[in-house]
Amino acid sequence: MTDVTPTPTRSERARLLRDFWFYFSENRGAVIGLAVFVALVLLAIFAPLIAPHSPTLQHRDLLLTPPAWVAGGNPDFLLGTDAVGRDILSRLIFGARQSLFIGCVVVSIALSGGILLGLVAGFFGGWVDAVIMRVMDVILAFPSLLLALVMVAILGPGLMNAMIAIAIVLQPHFARLTRAAVMAEKNREYVMAARVAGAGRLRLMFRTILPNCLAPLIVQGTLSFSNAVLDAAALGFLGMGAQPPTPEWGTMLAEAREFILRAWWVVTFPGLAILITVLAINLVGDGLRDALDPKLKRS
Amino acid sequence: MMETRTNPPVLEASGIVRDYPGAGGLFRRARPVRALKGISFAVEQGRTLAVVGESGCGKSTLARIITLIDPATEGTLRIDGQPVDIARETLSREMRRKVQIVFQNPYGSLNPRQKVGDMLMEPLILNTADSAAERREKAMAMLVKVGLGTEHFHRYPHMFSGGQRQRLAIARALMVNPRLLVLDEPVSALDLSVQAQVLNLLADLQEEFDLTYVFISHDLSVVRYIADEVMVMWLGEVVEYGSRDALFGDPQHDYTRTLFAATPVTDLAAIRARIARRRAAGIGTAGIGA
Repeated sequence: MTDVTPTPTRSERARLLRDFWFYFSENRGAVIGLAVFVALVLLAIFAPLIAPHSPTLQHRDLLLTPPAWVAGGNPDFLLGTDAVGRDILSRLIFGARQSLFIGCVVVSIALSGGILLGLVAGFFGGWVDAVIMRVMDVILAFPSLLLALVMVAILGPGLMNAMIAIAIVLQPHFARLTRAAVMAEKNREYVMAARVAGAGRLRLMFRTILPNCLAPLIVQGTLSFSNAVLDAAALGFLGMGAQPPTPEWGTMLAEAREFILRAWWVVTFPGLAILITVLAINLVGDGLRDALDPKLKRS
Repeated sequence: MMETRTNPPVLEASGIVRDYPGAGGLFRRARPVRALKGISFAVEQGRTLAVVGESGCGKSTLARIITLIDPATEGTLRIDGQPVDIARETLSREMRRKVQIVFQNPYGSLNPRQKVGDMLMEPLILNTADSAAERREKAMAMLVKVGLGTEHFHRYPHMFSGGQRQRLAIARALMVNPRLLVLDEPVSALDLSVQAQVLNLLADLQEEFDLTYVFISHDLSVVRYIADEVMVMWLGEVVEYGSRDALFGDPQHDYTRTLFAATPVTDLAAIRARIARRRAAGIGTAGIGA
């Protein structure tokens, strides 16, 4: 035990990864969630190879065909067709691209912006805190969809602008959460100890305090992922988000609203797709929090 | 150890005053609360000054000022003869390195997300130009020195007991070879058997590195064991300041006597005398006599 050779960083990283996987795989729900999520990502990447039809091709003689296993169904269209004769399965597969993209972009913008603002507000306090938090309160005071709508109206309709608007609307939640966690951690003795060791402000903020605040942020991030998908769908429904004929799950849901009673499959499958995706991501988030929190680890 | 030493003082404080802003009301001007009312003392190299007093007497405020965390409102602080004032100038690395602290609660003073090795190497990254291999070697050596093993290098703080955690906190403080170590009630959160181990470790380390300690405590038996000089504080003032033997042998101030009287006495003669007194007074005999 006396001659300790410095291990190369690569094997260290591999060990970290192995450790992480060990703790993550303890949680069965998280593993299932991860499997579903990976399947969705693969589906989105290989959509043109997997989808049986084009997502925008209209089969004018087969409007509102029920799913294949229902009487009157057509085996060519496994989940049926919508009001203008497009294959729902193909649209769902291509829609996975849109939804995952929206979720990822919105959550990363909102998360990084919110963490930065919350960290600065919580760490410095005083008037900096007051200014940042009052602005966040103003954003929170508006109905989120209305605010997003106003912002899209200013920026111009389109998916990218809708994503920016949703990110800005979701961002105060992250800022508030980060600020609260930072304020609780900032006065702990280990932060003081790091200061006595000579750590500067940036190091204290990002290396010492932030890692101890991440657990609630990861959970909030996964929850916001679903919010982002749903808000994007709502904006699409109002003509301000994904423009038709883009196969986006929320837009599909919105378009199908008038057929709820006549053709259940047109609303059910996009809804199920959103539900499964959101559930899978939430499960992964839960497992991630457990695996990343050393206090919950069994040694 | 009563021989007079002529070492230059490592820490010299004169007239340290600290005000905290008080709570002002709507119709009342905010009046500052004076936590320290002009404290002066000096500690020579290799010696231990114990600061004793009840809760709220300004011990921890003093610790924060000595450790250069908070500035003093008035007064001068000299470390190795050099005046330091963090209210006016930014602290140099050299000065930062000289004073380190060990906190009371070993459960709060270690970052739960930082592995022991990283924690020990952080002060080196921030204060020295050592290479990664050197840092690692020093951290490993320090782990062994405080009575832990090199296998603990990759563990998280929550895997350690209270005594082990306090050893880690001491190791972290010593990584940068400080001149002065401020110990803010370092053993009061530990149980008795572990207290002795940690105190012995502190005594060994003091001898090995010729360290100077400022030992803050309210536990007089601990103070008697470790201190060379004792300073008794009461409501932000020094009421008595002298060598350990003089102070324990013949306390001058009323508050010091009260403090000593409040310490539980555990030697056999005292217990016998107490029981005899209780018997004579007719208390507590029912259980024994019946």
